[in-house]
Amino acid sequence: MTGTADGAGDETADGAADATAAVRLVGLDKAFGSVRALTGIDLTVAGGEFVSLIGPSGCGKSTLLRVVADLEQPTAGTVEVSGKTARRARLDQDYGIAFQQAGLLEWRTVAENVELPLQVHGVGKAERRQRAGELLELVGLADFAGSRPGQLSGGMQQRVAIARALAPSPQLLLMDEPFGALDEMTRERMQAELLRIAGETGAAVLFVTHSIPEAAVLSDRVVVMSARPGRITDVIDGCRPRGTRAPLGHGVDGAELAGDALSDRVDDVRESTAFFAAITAVREALRKGHG
Amino acid sequence: MRSVLRAWPPLALGVLGLVAWELVVRLAGVPAFLLPAPSAIGAAIGQQFGVLLSTSAVTGGNALVGLLAGFGLGVLLALLAAWSRLLRELTTPVVLAASAVPIVALAPVFTTMFGSTTELPRRLVVTIVVLVPVFVSTARGLRQVLPVHDELMTALAASPWQHARFVRLPGAVPHIVTGLRLAAPAAVIAAIVAEYFGGLQNGLGSRVSSAAANTAYARAWAFVAASIVLGLLFHLAGSLTERLVTRGRT
Repeated sequence: MTGTADGAGDETADGAADATAAVRLVGLDKAFGSVRALTGIDLTVAGGEFVSLIGPSGCGKSTLLRVVADLEQPTAGTVEVSGKTARRARLDQDYGIAFQQAGLLEWRTVAENVELPLQVHGVGKAERRQRAGELLELVGLADFAGSRPGQLSGGMQQRVAIARALAPSPQLLLMDEPFGALDEMTRERMQAELLRIAGETGAAVLFVTHSIPEAAVLSDRVVVMSARPGRITDVIDGCRPRGTRAPLGHGVDGAELAGDALSDRVDDVRESTAFFAAITAVREALRKGHG
Repeated sequence: MRSVLRAWPPLALGVLGLVAWELVVRLAGVPAFLLPAPSAIGAAIGQQFGVLLSTSAVTGGNALVGLLAGFGLGVLLALLAAWSRLLRELTTPVVLAASAVPIVALAPVFTTMFGSTTELPRRLVVTIVVLVPVFVSTARGLRQVLPVHDELMTALAASPWQHARFVRLPGAVPHIVTGLRLAAPAAVIAAIVAEYFGGLQNGLGSRVSSAAANTAYARAWAFVAASIVLGLLFHLAGSLTERLVTRGRT
């Protein structure tokens, strides 16, 4: 890891000094037949940055994520992921992805599910086991390594899916409404978890959501989109609280925050005026985009 | 204990049926060529026990070899069909057409083709009989991949073979073992019937026909009884395999 320009896991790494952006989209268009799903998308996600995509159904936010993941091909424009083409980045496993459904393989144990991306890329069994153990520790499910996905609750399954997305140590996480199917309490806990994990791994996150408060509390920036044709109408600063080893260096007096402390910070943010201001700004931007 | 409780009514019915059969044969004086008494069949089973075992082993062996070959071939063809559109369009109609053909009718042809001193013709018949249900149910299982799993494997840049090995095949296992369960008793039937069309005289089917031809009715029935036992064994083994494999799945 040392010596690489994008060593965002490094404690001293600074997003501003990061030469390659996690994602760079220039003049991106995507059409399905005669339907213009996305037009003129310009967006850069810096290393370690948390960017949410929000907008009404059909605004193309999921399509945008899928283009970055190389699951859809753009009609025009440039897509760069970690300074490479989207295809190259997919083949190199430069990103991890989590969908709205956890999508675990129910015939595999929790640990084997987490190991799947490593197994696909030919990592040896012992190394896989160890890495899965670390990741399950990270998402707080170390005791469930040998369980079957069917024995876990929806929130726990989604945490396994996030651990799986993190398995190849990606510097970019793509998440398509990963908490959409969870109840409100679980959802808030998962948001704090995600912020802690993103902080600890230093990964950039591109996060699709329907929820304005979720976007406001998680993000460095909230990208507001509008439908017909799908486009970016506004970008608003979010109120992401910083935890341990904040890659952008916003951590409070450089102190290390334990997971619990970070979740307290997240709760504080949810009651702060900045949070309500961000929510109002996003809401107005969404309304403006609709008009 | 519960299974014993569940098993006794059909067992009692079976014993009652045998007693009734015995009484009808004795009291009404039914001639042996029409229907031998259970006691006579039992005596024949006792006399012929060694032969019953060896002929059952031969027929069971043919059924097993054909079952395994047909199972492997069926799964393989279904995998190829799931993997390539061209192969799917080539194989599916052929296999479905094979299911419409009365396959045991091929037995005499195979006997002529491969010679009457080998077990190969019977094993081939069994293979083709087994192939069809295994192919159909495996193909169905392979088609039922969740879209999210497909996307995941694409995102992970998995090769087609990894896709099959990690997602498609394990996901299809319940369907595959259902195909196996359906095919297992059919394998025995095919192995026995195939023997009626000539070839080696060492299996249950050939003994039934030769005993009947020699007016040894009780002996013919003894071999029929052995055939029933063999068919039940395959059925039970198939069901047990299905239950073991699908245990713990939702």
